[in-house]
Amino acid sequence: MPTKVVMEALSPTMEEGRLVEWKKQEGDTVAVGDVLAEVETDKAVMELVARAAGTLLKHVVEAGATVPVSELLAVIGEAGDDVSGAAGREPSGRLGSKEAQATQPSPSQNRPASMPPAPPASAATEERRPSEKPSPREDNGAKAAPASASPRVKASPLARRIAAERGVDLVGVTGSGPEGRVVARDLETAAAAAPGRSAASPSVTVPQPGRPEGTRPAASLSGSAAGPYTDIPLSQIRKTIARRLAQSIGPVPTFYLTSEVDMERVSEAREAMLAGQEAKVSFNDIIIKAVAMALRQHPACNAWWQDDHIRYWNEVHVSMAVAVEEGLITPVIRHADQKTLREIAGESRDLAARARERRLKPEEYTGGTFSVSNLGMLDIDEFTAIINPPEAGILAVGRIAETPVAHGGAVALRRRMRLTMSCDHRVIDGATGAQFLKTLKGMLENPLALVW
Amino acid sequence: MATQFDVIIVGGGPAGYVCAIRAAQLGLATAVIERDKLGGVCVNIGCIPTKALLHSAYVAGLVAHDAKELGIEVGSVKTDYGVAMRRSRKVSEQNSKGVEFLMKKHKVTVVKGTGVLGRNRTVRVGKDEYQARKAVVIATGSRVKGIPPIGLEINKTTVISSDEALFLETQPKTLVVVGAGAVGCEFADIFHAFGSKVTLIEALPRILPLEDAESSDTLAKSYQKRGITVIAGATVKKATVAKDKVTLAVETGGKIESIEAEKVLMAAGRAVNTENLGLQEAGVQLTDRGFIKVNLATLETTAPGVYAIGDVAGPPMLAHKGSREGVVVAELIAGHHPQPIKYDNVPSVTYCHPEVASIGMTEEQAKERKLEYQVGRFPFSANGRARTAGETEGFVKIIRDKKYGEILGAHIVGGHASEIIHELAVARQNEYTVEEVDLAIHAHPTLSEAIAEAALDSMGRVVHI
Repeated sequence: MPTKVVMEALSPTMEEGRLVEWKKQEGDTVAVGDVLAEVETDKAVMELVARAAGTLLKHVVEAGATVPVSELLAVIGEAGDDVSGAAGREPSGRLGSKEAQATQPSPSQNRPASMPPAPPASAATEERRPSEKPSPREDNGAKAAPASASPRVKASPLARRIAAERGVDLVGVTGSGPEGRVVARDLETAAAAAPGRSAASPSVTVPQPGRPEGTRPAASLSGSAAGPYTDIPLSQIRKTIARRLAQSIGPVPTFYLTSEVDMERVSEAREAMLAGQEAKVSFNDIIIKAVAMALRQHPACNAWWQDDHIRYWNEVHVSMAVAVEEGLITPVIRHADQKTLREIAGESRDLAARARERRLKPEEYTGGTFSVSNLGMLDIDEFTAIINPPEAGILAVGRIAETPVAHGGAVALRRRMRLTMSCDHRVIDGATGAQFLKTLKGMLENPLALVW
Repeated sequence: MATQFDVIIVGGGPAGYVCAIRAAQLGLATAVIERDKLGGVCVNIGCIPTKALLHSAYVAGLVAHDAKELGIEVGSVKTDYGVAMRRSRKVSEQNSKGVEFLMKKHKVTVVKGTGVLGRNRTVRVGKDEYQARKAVVIATGSRVKGIPPIGLEINKTTVISSDEALFLETQPKTLVVVGAGAVGCEFADIFHAFGSKVTLIEALPRILPLEDAESSDTLAKSYQKRGITVIAGATVKKATVAKDKVTLAVETGGKIESIEAEKVLMAAGRAVNTENLGLQEAGVQLTDRGFIKVNLATLETTAPGVYAIGDVAGPPMLAHKGSREGVVVAELIAGHHPQPIKYDNVPSVTYCHPEVASIGMTEEQAKERKLEYQVGRFPFSANGRARTAGETEGFVKIIRDKKYGEILGAHIVGGHASEIIHELAVARQNEYTVEEVDLAIHAHPTLSEAIAEAALDSMGRVVHI
């Protein structure tokens, strides 16, 4: 897979840079850390270094061009890689666009001889009939660059056609068809994720590079969201926060928030449920449901760190940590916000049982958007859990214990529980996490809120 | 103490029995409750016996009109509807027995009787009570309905439905078929071939009103050419039912015409079987149109753990749609994650001659949605195989999305249309574009070549015309 070289923010305030000079030419071998080019920022001329090793396959912009941050400059890969995929999915910004477009290889003339053997169907078709003229009735729409350079993506011919037309890279698209095949409906989502391609789909809002800094998704998720998630490009401030915090603490800069929750009413509600029904609802099931509902109100916590962007999920999939013989695994309750407690209870028991038998399918323990880990049954008062990347948060649940607290003007014994949330600071800020935790606490202390 | 099963299915038609087999395959203890014969309307008084009669009709037409030209002299041709009817009954009985065998093979318990739902996934049959541990599935189907307000109540002698037509000993001398959907068109075809003078009346402006207008027009022309009177855009204002005949006052274009016939066959719609099922007790609600209200993704009703499939769950009221719903519901109950049903990809077939088959959008629908489309057509008169069989009526029509080549809809009129439509069903299900349809090599000479040619025509590259 070719790797993109993009204009990096070489100073915290940098929004664009002028490519002064290429230090590596097309065809040169590069190692990680090699200086690729000199870039003039608003403050100084700085060096742009390679983040990947390989052969510099292509300069997408020429020396002298001014290029916005995070726009494509060049492609590094193995000699013979098809660069059209990497180049083709790149946003074409204000100033770099002309150059980028002009140098994009067209499928029929600029494909290296050793290209992978299984190109997308539309491209193959086009090649098979090189001498045939396109029909007067605008033939078949296969003129666009092949959408995917990777032959391993499973996608329907229609999905490939739409992807090619819209410039969507199928590699990043989650397939919902049989065996994870990408089908046309998945492209509606992908269109929203392709930055800068405003031509994509009229019905989906496409994030623009010029979007105000720090823009977050809408205050709460609406059921009619365009797709399962929204990708937001990193703003300067988020990039700086990410880089500096990661340097300070490790790959995932984590901070912790703890809150004690009064569990009297949840306990009463649960006892009533147990008395009335055969379904066994555990505290953990109730916590999962509450977390899912709270995430709907705080989509900023329902997100993935994706290195060059943040993926805000419009769907809520809660991972639950299950201890197994050799360690732990996190099966996922999908769409937990839309499920009833009874459904969550049934599913969590089934998943946990099969997790212990090691009979979970990969799709059953991947794809979570937030995690819950519970050690209450082992009498742990409180603990901090380690984030399960790319998720941005995990909730550590302690035991429920009778604790003397001030209640109604007197000291009373109340069932209390401590929740500790670990947050990836690159995605979630202190106040954001605290607000989520406050909503969650409110839901658990007033469990009727779960019903509404 | 109620007898327990994992899944109890009420109704053993094509939705219910297929659901039962899939549930059993997935290891669920399954019971089917059926008040009549297994196989439901489809096997006993619907799809199967009508197709047996249509085959008789096809052979009658072939022998009477085409045999001589094919080099076969058969003398004078005499038809006997009673014989054809008894053969169709035999075919139905064999199929119903086949379903019984399938139930045994998959260890599905069959309970004879009328199931009535109770609370908490219970079903009563007479005095016996059954408890479903996981789910109850309602698959009670539908029945023919008359139009009582204008005097066209089904009396089973002069005003009949397909239920009676399938058991007639002789064909009527004159027959009016009210309603020119699939059922009406098929019976018009059958009785005309057996010598009845047939008039086909449709209230909407054209016969097979749900099909593409080109399909409707081609079939109407074929019927008229062979002597079936087709009156579309006509409403029956009044019916006078005598002992041995019916007189209809039919309004067309402002004029009222009087039509007399020995029998009237009602084919103007179906009513779903939702009465006396205990739905209220079970907490199952209906839609405004009388179908059972379901979550379209899961087919679950308003009562948790109670599902509805087939005709009762809403249109299209087709056996194969019900069967698919049965499979999906069984898999959901077993905790699987089945692919969602593409309700826009259910083939629709009328087995008259020539056959009419379609999938996806009609051209009218594509136009209404303001889609940019290109139509590709290929007539069977230009298809070698169709000419060898002397069946050159009809065409293949493909509606292609201009931008992406998606097959928005496909329409076939002609011999074996019901069989060859599935190439396009597979194509659409897998999101192949017209280009993949063309790239797949079609054997020569076959009727299916007309599909590849229509695909090419939609790209402006048709070869054989």
